[in-house]
Amino acid sequence: MSPAAARKIEARHRPMVEVRHLSKIYAGGVEALNAISVDFPEGQLTSLLGPSGCGKTTLLKIIAGLIPATSGEVMVDGRPVTGPGPERAFVFQDFALMPWANVLRNVAFGLELKGVAQSEREAVAEKHIASVGLGGFEHAFPHELSGGMRQRVGLARALAVNAKVLLMDEPFSAVDEQTRRKFQEDLLELIAREHKTFLFVTHSIEEAVYVSDRIVILSKRPSQVSAIVEPEIGRGRDPDQIRRDSAYLDTVETIWQSLKRYLD
Amino acid sequence: MTLIAETKAYAHRGSAWGDILRHPATLWLISAVIVAGAWEIAGRWPISPAFPPFSDTMSALAGLIADGTLGKALIITLKPLAIGLIASVVMGVGLGVLMGLNRFAEWLGSPIFVIAQSAPLAALIPILTFAYGIGLTAKILTVCIMAMPVIVLNSLNAVRHTPATLLDMGHSFLATRRQIIFKIILPAASPVIFAGLRLGCAAGFIGVILAELLITPTGIGDIITYNQSVAEYEKMYAAIFAIMALSVLLISLLEMIETALFHPEKRAQS
Amino acid sequence: MTIGNIRLPIMTSLIIWAILWEIVGRSGASFVIPPLSGIFARIVEIVPTPSFGEALWITGKAFVIGNVIAVLFGIPLGVLMGRSHIADRIFLPWVNLFLSAPLSALVPIIMVIFGAGQTTIIFTVVLFAIWIIVLDARAGVRSITPSLVEMALSFGATPWQAFSRIYVWAALPEILSGIRLGLIRAVKGVVIGQMLVSIIGFGRLFELYSSRFLMEHFWALLFVLFAFAFAINEALTWLERRFEYFASSRN
Repeated sequence: MSPAAARKIEARHRPMVEVRHLSKIYAGGVEALNAISVDFPEGQLTSLLGPSGCGKTTLLKIIAGLIPATSGEVMVDGRPVTGPGPERAFVFQDFALMPWANVLRNVAFGLELKGVAQSEREAVAEKHIASVGLGGFEHAFPHELSGGMRQRVGLARALAVNAKVLLMDEPFSAVDEQTRRKFQEDLLELIAREHKTFLFVTHSIEEAVYVSDRIVILSKRPSQVSAIVEPEIGRGRDPDQIRRDSAYLDTVETIWQSLKRYLD
Repeated sequence: MTLIAETKAYAHRGSAWGDILRHPATLWLISAVIVAGAWEIAGRWPISPAFPPFSDTMSALAGLIADGTLGKALIITLKPLAIGLIASVVMGVGLGVLMGLNRFAEWLGSPIFVIAQSAPLAALIPILTFAYGIGLTAKILTVCIMAMPVIVLNSLNAVRHTPATLLDMGHSFLATRRQIIFKIILPAASPVIFAGLRLGCAAGFIGVILAELLITPTGIGDIITYNQSVAEYEKMYAAIFAIMALSVLLISLLEMIETALFHPEKRAQS
Repeated sequence: MTIGNIRLPIMTSLIIWAILWEIVGRSGASFVIPPLSGIFARIVEIVPTPSFGEALWITGKAFVIGNVIAVLFGIPLGVLMGRSHIADRIFLPWVNLFLSAPLSALVPIIMVIFGAGQTTIIFTVVLFAIWIIVLDARAGVRSITPSLVEMALSFGATPWQAFSRIYVWAALPEILSGIRLGLIRAVKGVVIGQMLVSIIGFGRLFELYSSRFLMEHFWALLFVLFAFAFAINEALTWLERRFEYFASSRN
């Protein structure tokens, strides 16, 4: 049995993140989310996909506790969200690395804020820097790294705080296409290795189908859940085969057909 | 996406009253009233016998305007300023553009202006007095040494930093050197050169005030020095207020001209 | 500038000007331009004297105290203006006004209030230095990438942690350039203040030398001051360049 398939069976499918009747109206009257209810199962990667400007990032940031909801609630691991919390870690679209700090300090920053002793947090950081394939770059500064390497730092920083839920806001959109493909493959490996819940915002249908266990498709603003797709793709195989797999291509096509009507 | 929504939200928040309160002009008025009020209270307290309240200063200002003293003094003060500024602009832009176009001129001239830019040139005023006496010439030259460095350096940098693609475009269409200078380099450089003129004008005001306080008291400097010596502080403050207000008005005017000429996109926003 | 294949450093042309000065000085064209060699001899002569040392001490003290005050008040005000729209709209017109207004006109006011002494000089330094520090700290805070702040919040940073570990650092390039420009303005301020007060520090020496027509002494003092101002500017520009990668790595 492939590791991915094994993972699916293993997963207890308990909802890790529950979103209940969540609405968000920005102060100017812009209605971003309209009474959304959706579950994100534990140990799986769920993508949020939708037309641009539909409120995917808004939903993710509300789950992160970075912006307040207008009404409704979010439960993470059974507890309501009132602000950022240690069980969630965020991966930013623009990496959000501190240019004045080296890779080691950037990765250890979450632990630094918690008051973990320097030697301890640096040991943890080093482990995660190695696990994202950046071993040897601990003392490099962000401006010395390529875009792809910077996002690996962002990922390592999120992993270092050992959160149960990883919130990824279009993490690969600022890196070039080739790096992006490599990243997607590495992400699948990471999911297989770390038993974490991933929430993944993307605007790329191919990316969503390639990496997700579950895809939540949102409608145009004010967003509601328009469909939930669970791609049935055997992921154990060679990545190049998957991209030519008929199930993969069919799923991409189905989603494209359902999203096409939102385009002007 | 989020950011745009939030920016819009800011503009729409609150009632009509809130909108009026948040209007830039209202807030500017409020802050002006606060400052004038603080000045008035501090003057009545008084924090110092040499600190007249706002109202006294304003009535002294009205008095100086009414009896013509201020007008006469301003004409005297503006004469070396105007001559000095015109000389600085003509020579400064000329020198700056020359240095921008010619490497040898830049090598020879720019160090002097780079040093002058960061140096406390006010200390040269006594030397100018020795060389040219206490008359108009020394005052004009004081304005020039204060105003020129920034004009020269802005012109030099503006010309030097003409976008390379524009120059390549000119060359590819077989423009002559003369055409490149007059049709590409100078138009591209003019916003920065003009900004230099504005900064030079501000520096020229500093120069003329220092000249009138350090060389011989004439014009506005005379009103300041005389009323300081006879302890009529309202008149002294009124004269200082007048010259500062004049410089601020003139510089704002130059800023508006700058916006109108070179930044039509900014004008649309404000 | 290149001769053959050799690139001449930009400041080398000063040698030509120095030679020219020496020739004019020796020709005796004007008593206000003594030969440069004489001026340099005077620099060597007056720098070790106690009166120079005392002037330098007094001037340096006013300069340092004034700048410390300007930084301590300027940066928090700038950060506040960068964070709050209301504070920004209230203070910005005044900051812009004082930035371009002829502040030398205000020195007589400071003088009548605080007397012809050191306090006046310190206030003049503050008045000259503070506005550009405020404006640049404001610009620095406004250019912070929003996601950097969100990042700190998502890891549960307290407001103090966000201020001390994100805001101050992220705005550092602008804050540093504000301090550099403030220091250059402060050099001008301290000299203008001392020339107008004219009984303390270098102002007293200028007054002394010019009343006795000691041109070489006067120029010697000027050169020392100019060199000092230039050195401050260069040192801070160098420091600023070390932080340049900040700005380029921001979006």
